[in-house]
Amino acid sequence: MEQFLQQIASGLANGAIYACVALALVMIYVSTDHINFAQGEMAMFSTYLSWQLMTWGLSFWGAFVIAVALSFVMGVAIERLILRPLHTAPILSIIVVFIGLLAIFNSMAGAIWSYLIKEYPSPFPKSSFGIAGVIGSHQLGVVIVTLIVLGLLFAFFRYTPLGLAMRAAAQNPQMARLVGVRVDWMLALGWGLAASVGAVAGIMVAHIVYLDPNMMAGILLYAFASALVGGISTPAGAVAGGFIVGVLENMVAYAGNQIEQATGIYIIGNGEKLTVALIIVIFVLTVKPAGLFGRVVVKRV
Amino acid sequence: MATSKKWVLGLVVLAVVVPLLKPVFPDAISDYRLFLVSTMIIASIAVLGLNLLTGFNGQFSLGHGAFYAVGAYTAAILMDQLSFPYWATIPAAAIVCFIVGYLFGLPALRLEGHYLALATFALALAVPQILKYRWLEGLTGGVQGIVLLKPEVPFGLPLTEDQWLYYFCLITMIILFWAAANMLDSRSGRAMMAIRDQNMAAETMGIDIALYKTVTFGISAAYTGIAGALSASAIAFVAPDSFTIFLSIKFLIGLVVGGIGSLAGSVIGGIFYVLVDNSAQALSQFVKNGLGLPFDLSAYTVFGILLIVIIYLMPTGLAGGLQAVWRRFQAARG
Repeated sequence: MEQFLQQIASGLANGAIYACVALALVMIYVSTDHINFAQGEMAMFSTYLSWQLMTWGLSFWGAFVIAVALSFVMGVAIERLILRPLHTAPILSIIVVFIGLLAIFNSMAGAIWSYLIKEYPSPFPKSSFGIAGVIGSHQLGVVIVTLIVLGLLFAFFRYTPLGLAMRAAAQNPQMARLVGVRVDWMLALGWGLAASVGAVAGIMVAHIVYLDPNMMAGILLYAFASALVGGISTPAGAVAGGFIVGVLENMVAYAGNQIEQATGIYIIGNGEKLTVALIIVIFVLTVKPAGLFGRVVVKRV
Repeated sequence: MATSKKWVLGLVVLAVVVPLLKPVFPDAISDYRLFLVSTMIIASIAVLGLNLLTGFNGQFSLGHGAFYAVGAYTAAILMDQLSFPYWATIPAAAIVCFIVGYLFGLPALRLEGHYLALATFALALAVPQILKYRWLEGLTGGVQGIVLLKPEVPFGLPLTEDQWLYYFCLITMIILFWAAANMLDSRSGRAMMAIRDQNMAAETMGIDIALYKTVTFGISAAYTGIAGALSASAIAFVAPDSFTIFLSIKFLIGLVVGGIGSLAGSVIGGIFYVLVDNSAQALSQFVKNGLGLPFDLSAYTVFGILLIVIIYLMPTGLAGGLQAVWRRFQAARG
């Protein structure tokens, strides 16, 4: 039983990470209809930035804040410089550009910081607090930090004029432009925010998966699964999807473990995590493309 | 058409004759270079597979590395477990990959644009893990992979192993490109392209879209799978970690550089990515010593930058872009 609770707790901690990355994906998807295949690599790059800042002597949280701010600038710059001119380009061009960005970020991180796996510190006190034995302090910290970030984002979009303008620009660009919202800057800001949220996720998860240029590949795949489960056009759904998928992932591995212990037959375990995500992605896409909370889009022909 | 046919014939004759001159120019035509050209041939077959799907049928795939892996593993397992001769693994890999591709094409029918890219991207990410699956370990050799033997020269021909490998790849490539050209020139090929250009109009004309899309997926996977099988024979080794997402990215760069929807472009694209991949070391040295920058440049930085630049400057690929420049030059001369 305790093991079961542990699995749920660590599933929630993973889910918090997936929720952040999924939210970043959805923020870009909602406003531009693009799926950012480079989201994970951008987050990885931000995490390396924070690591670099720490080796230069900054405290964890100092590096955290600066890295998140730099990520924001990076996101805005990518949107303005690279994606803006491709607004009317065919889908294939956009996908190719995202894959190009993915390759650039990945190889640059490897070039600058090498492909050696690095330890990444945890900012949370070592002593086990919370529900002892069920959830580790880092996991609990991750959940708290991501909940704070998600809360801040929610407040920003819900209660500030800028957030309202951004939502307007995403929902109905023409009308938003008519009432004086600078739509293209709103898109760029959305990109910046997405990059920042991704950076938070990367920095939080680095202690668990260790720092290396390919650290986000699996997480990005799970974030895709989360966004799809929740409905890729609904930010709240993506967050919920993140937690659902996080717990589901651990439950599948746990169930596989139990089956192996009971019957001695190995079916599924920790080694098949990405395959589970692949199955979730294809299952949701083919069976219920709108996800659990999404709206079904009816296309006029 | 006539002149382009002459060109192709000339190039084929050149490709057949040059390696035979090895005894005359032993330095210029080394075994290593022949092996490199063989990998280029394999690459262009793989890119052609992706091109059939994306360029001619309008379905995206970021996961063709998966079919390459299936082809390579099919060949390796057949050679390793059932001691198939290497040449017999090519049709076997084609059949297996056709079935896998066709089956993947079924859910893909419901996906468009971004979503199909997403599903295939997910596939590409998961492939190395699937290959390591414990129940398959007896066949796939798990993380260690499978070590094979290089193809032997048949009939006592006076060729080196690399020369023979080169000819084997070349013959396969010529057959496959000939088949693709004929298919595209047929009623089926026109149907494929009609689906790409005007889905609904094609349907109105009585084209069975579901059938064509899934079969195209199968054929495309079969082409890329054949390339995988050839690579298993050529490298004489397969292991899960050579089939990461970056393999699929290489096919994508081949597709984009060569030109989306161009048969000849597939060859250019394949040659290109192997060249860049192989000169990465020299390039990195140049950046370090020549320009004095303090990091190791990898091929993927070049690939990434090129992907973006080409989309901006030459949306028809390197070949198409140069052709356009050439035409403008011709027009300027009068």
